[in-house]
This record gives sequence, structure tokens and C-alpha cells, in this order.
Amino acid sequence: MAAETPYEVLGVKPDASADEIRKVYRKLAKQFHPDLNPGKPEAEARFKSIAAAYDLLSDPEKRARYDRGEIDETGAERPPRGYYRGHAEGAQGWRYQPEGEMDLNDLEDLFAAFGSAGGRRRGEGGAGFRAHGADRHFTLTVDCVAAATGGKQRLSLAPEEWLDVTIPAGVEDGQVLRLRGKGGPGFGGGTAGDALIEVHVAPHPLFRRDGDNVLLELPVSLAEAVLGARVSVATVTGPVTMAIPKGSDAGRQLRLRGKGIQKKNPGDEIVTLKVFIGHSSDPELAEFLEKWAPQHPFDPRKGTAAA
Amino acid sequence: MIAFDELLRQMRGLDRRELMRWVENRWVLPERQERTWIFHEVDVARVELILEIRQEFAIDEEALPLVLGLLDQVYDLRRQLRRVCDALAAQPQEVQAAVRRALPPVTGPEIPHD
Repeated sequence: MAAETPYEVLGVKPDASADEIRKVYRKLAKQFHPDLNPGKPEAEARFKSIAAAYDLLSDPEKRARYDRGEIDETGAERPPRGYYRGHAEGAQGWRYQPEGEMDLNDLEDLFAAFGSAGGRRRGEGGAGFRAHGADRHFTLTVDCVAAATGGKQRLSLAPEEWLDVTIPAGVEDGQVLRLRGKGGPGFGGGTAGDALIEVHVAPHPLFRRDGDNVLLELPVSLAEAVLGARVSVATVTGPVTMAIPKGSDAGRQLRLRGKGIQKKNPGDEIVTLKVFIGHSSDPELAEFLEKWAPQHPFDPRKGTAAA
Repeated sequence: MIAFDELLRQMRGLDRRELMRWVENRWVLPERQERTWIFHEVDVARVELILEIRQEFAIDEEALPLVLGLLDQVYDLRRQLRRVCDALAAQPQEVQAAVRRALPPVTGPEIPHD
């Protein structure tokens, strides 16, 4: 890409008069002077090219040589100069601090100077800039039983730093617990932030959860289902003995009141019976069933599409 | 560092009486040394800026204190802000994050564009 001609830089026609060029240059120089644009690095580059273009075009001899093609557009470039802004923002710049202006020795003075609600003048009670501490985020995995019953669990925050977290009974997977004041320290006497703990409930091999109830599938033998039995059943609070009524079919649901999620109003454990016939090649059972002629035969698939 | 006479020699278009007036008006603050003034880099750059404001921007000496006063305020604010930013940068991550969150978003009128 060809470099911009000095005419293009200033945005004037090649036959512009010296007066016109001077006017345009002044306007652009004011607009792009680096010291008037301290926050805009691009202004300096623009100003340089404007100055270079003007330097060339304002000199009748150089302009004539440029027009004749004897020098290029950089033919008149000046060595780099140190702009005031480069010094003004450094240590030397403090010398030109406006007299009688603020000398901000600390944040208190700064906020006082700007009349912020966050700061008070010294001697007025001394409350300075305050900030609430940052929240800290953690994750904690609890097993299903602990989630159902509640309890304390130790959370490691950092090496040598831990927190005993009280798990509320019935905490759900993905729930976030907020522990006030256990986050990052506050600033200037501000309150500490909070610890936000995202709880993950690990799945359990036996228990599943349905609201406040705990679901359990209980394997029973054919004899237990037919004849009834008293069996030991796992619950979230420990094993209990449960009566299986005589003639219980597979899929029958039995309710253990108060053995679900241990909230103030605890849920139930719902036990679903699964009948297992055990060793499928038991010859005696097979022999018995072959000889057995039920008085009240029934079709278990009655009313299903497969019937 | 450069002495008064040397600066006059180096800077084209700078008048001796003019520069003396700038120093007397405290627009430039060179260091007084024996029978001359010593200009540090910042002072030289400032003289160059004032010269440009006077000649290129055609701002007369009546208006010059206003322009310089505003510029000095801008640079003072930038230096102070730099101090605050440096102090913040030295804070723990969580303090920095808290300050960032506490900063209200910059809002302004929408600028129409074509």
C-alpha cells in the first residue's frame, strides 16, 4: 500500500494555498496534539504525520521538491521528540502539580476529596474506605445418607485450613450453601465475604430420592413373598425390621413412616418389593410347579398388549 | 538537564524575554542554580509545549494560564489515579475483584452514528 501523501494527511487538494494549508494544519494539530489527548496513544501517531506533512508543505522549497518528486513524503521527518505528557505522568511531573491542590496521601484523602459516601475526613471518626470481602467458592460432595440426615462435614479450604460445614437434612444436588463471613477478608474494616459451597450429592447404590421420600428396592424370595416374613431393611438412619405381609406381590410398595429425609417433618422410606426366585434351576421348585394345578388360575398379562 | 542559554540556542523561535517571562510567571519551573536556570527534561518538554500552544495554536499569553491550568489538573488527576491503581494492583486478588464489582458501569448518552 502506498503511503499517504502529505496532502492526503492534511486532507487538502494539491493546489491548496499556503494559507489554507496552515488553517487546516492548525485545526488538525489542535485536535490530535498528544498533550491534549493523554489517554489516546493513536493521537500521537496521527499528530506526527500531520506535523510531518505540514513541515513539508509549509516550506515552499520542500513543497516544490516534493511536487517534482525529488523527495518523498518522509523527506522532512524530524527526529523523535519527547512530548510533555511522557514526563508529566512520571515522577518529574509532580513538580507541576497545581498549587494548593489535593495531595492524596492515602485512600481516605482521595475519597474525601471526591466527597464519596465511602470515605470521611480524618478526625471525624476515622471510618475510611471500606469494602466487603470477596466471596469464595467451594464444592463439597456429600453422600446420599448424609444429605438425607444432615450433619457436619469437614471442607478443606486450603492446606491447613478447613471448615466444618453443617449439612442441612434434605440438601439437594447442586444446592449452594452460604456461610456468612467465611470468605475473603474485608478491606479497611469492612465485613468479610461469604463462603459459597456448592453441594454435590453422591449417588447411593440402594437409596434414591423422591422429594422428601427415600426409595428402596428390596429383593425378597418367593417364599417370603408368598408366606410373609420379617426382614431387615436399610434406611438412612440405620437398619430396621419390617414385616412383609403374606401374599405380597412383586412391585408391592411398603411405607416406613418417618424414615425418609430427616427434616422437621420427615419423609418416608418407600420400599418396593422385587421377588427373586433364586437359583433358577432349582429342580424341586420346577418339579413342584409342574405338578401344581392352581384352583384359581390367573393370567398376569391380562389387559396388556402382549395378551 | 540544560541551562537557560543552551535551551534558547536549541529551540528555534524561542525568544529570550518570552522565556524569562514564562519562568517569572511560574509556567515553567526550572531549577535556580548560581546565575542561571537549569531545565530538566520535563521542563524542556513543557517549554516546547508552551511554544507550540503560543505559536501554532495562536493562543495568547492572556489565555495561556487557563490552558496550562487545565492541563496541569488533567495530569495531576492522572498521576493520582495512577497511584490508586498501583495501590490496588498490590492488593490480594479478592480485594481487586471486590473493587471491580463495586465500580458502577460507565454510562453515557448514546452517540448516534451513520
